[in-house]
Amino acid sequence: MGNFIKDNFNKDGVDRRGFLKCMAWAGTGTLCVLQAGVLKSFALSDIGSITKQDKAAMKGALSFVQISDSHIGFDKAANPDVTATLREAIAKINALPQAPEFILHTGDLSHLSKASEFDTLEQTLKTIRTDKIFYVPGEHDVLNDNGQQYRERFGKDSKGDGWYSFDQKGVHFIGLVNVMNLKAGGLGTLGHDQLEWLEDDVKHLKPSTPIVVFAHIPLWAAYPEWGWGTEDSEQALAYLKRFGSVSVLNGHIHQVMQKVEGNVTFHTAMSTAFPQPQPGAAPSPGPLKVPAEKLRSLLGLTNVDFRRGKHTLAIVDSTLDGASSTSNYRIAQPESEESLYGG
Amino acid sequence: MVKRIVSRSILCAALLGTFGWTAAIHAGDNTPAAQETASLEVKIDNFSFMPQDTAVAAGTTVTWINRDDVPHTVVSTSGKFKSKALDTDDKFSFTFTEPGTYEYFCSVHPKMTAKIIVK
Repeated sequence: MGNFIKDNFNKDGVDRRGFLKCMAWAGTGTLCVLQAGVLKSFALSDIGSITKQDKAAMKGALSFVQISDSHIGFDKAANPDVTATLREAIAKINALPQAPEFILHTGDLSHLSKASEFDTLEQTLKTIRTDKIFYVPGEHDVLNDNGQQYRERFGKDSKGDGWYSFDQKGVHFIGLVNVMNLKAGGLGTLGHDQLEWLEDDVKHLKPSTPIVVFAHIPLWAAYPEWGWGTEDSEQALAYLKRFGSVSVLNGHIHQVMQKVEGNVTFHTAMSTAFPQPQPGAAPSPGPLKVPAEKLRSLLGLTNVDFRRGKHTLAIVDSTLDGASSTSNYRIAQPESEESLYGG
Repeated sequence: MVKRIVSRSILCAALLGTFGWTAAIHAGDNTPAAQETASLEVKIDNFSFMPQDTAVAAGTTVTWINRDDVPHTVVSTSGKFKSKALDTDDKFSFTFTEPGTYEYFCSVHPKMTAKIIVK
């Protein structure tokens, strides 16, 4: 383990204490680098020197933005104007130095699955400076019609209840649906058909292919007591186990949470509409009313940056009031499969 | 335990003799008492049904009202009844004519489960 760190980094190696420190500061400006399950922490001031070392690598960069839980149609005290805050999020995207290649919307586009709400969302998102927007549905988008309207408008080329995959600059993206056919007492569900499709979808990919999975409800046990998890996510992750880098992006819980497990990085994004309480901090989940001046510090978006040459993945969470925090992960991308499994 | 049940039964019998039908609502009984009224309101608040498990007489109309800021549904696990998504303050009613235990949940937030026991 000591050799591993020495061979790859010049700066401080990380023991358990360092790991915990890194996790504790992940939301407030410490850079976390992950390689084959080993986390290192750097001060934010170090980021510049890391990225400057290999500018050529930036040519292979892939940059996209995740927005989530816009809840168009919600008009209660927690945020009476969710379209305005969505516009603010869009303004931040349009102000980025480089336009993102695409946007991922991780569900709850609407609050009540109404056609007028989908209209407003569609019109508002048209102002984003990007090539394409990819969607997955939240439970608020499939009310009363099992998601038929959602699929007609936002999932035309999808399969089943709305799942699909695509490739961009060597990264394989998988959009999953875990908000349909939910069972009494249970959590989010992917279901047999979707799992079978997933197994087949990744079968022919090399283990070195970076994978990004996005779905509405967390694909990990974020807080099952409030339904913040997915019943059969372990089966899905089992199909992705052989890949060197898997990033899982979710929404639903309206706050940033992250976790690293082996080669899998789990991350949830803020909402653009209203915050929810931290797990267990209230009698139930649901829209959290905060003082008006505090609202924009709890809403925001997520910027994801792949730097293939440098084998790093940067996840930057930015709030509408201008604060941001970065988590950097080193993608385990071995020269050969042997070094992945033999090392 | 057996002793306790026996002594409760004696107490129950004694009360029955003294107070007639009111003794049927026995404090030590774990099953909820049947309602006298033919209608019952179940509030949906803080992601839960209140009362969560309740007993009603056959013929009772139960009305659910959503007091949360997010939509919920009322869906029978056996397919007996199913509401549309209820927005804030929306209501849904169902009349229970047959005795039995009716489990239901919110299909949007399936952790929310409850039941109506029809006597």
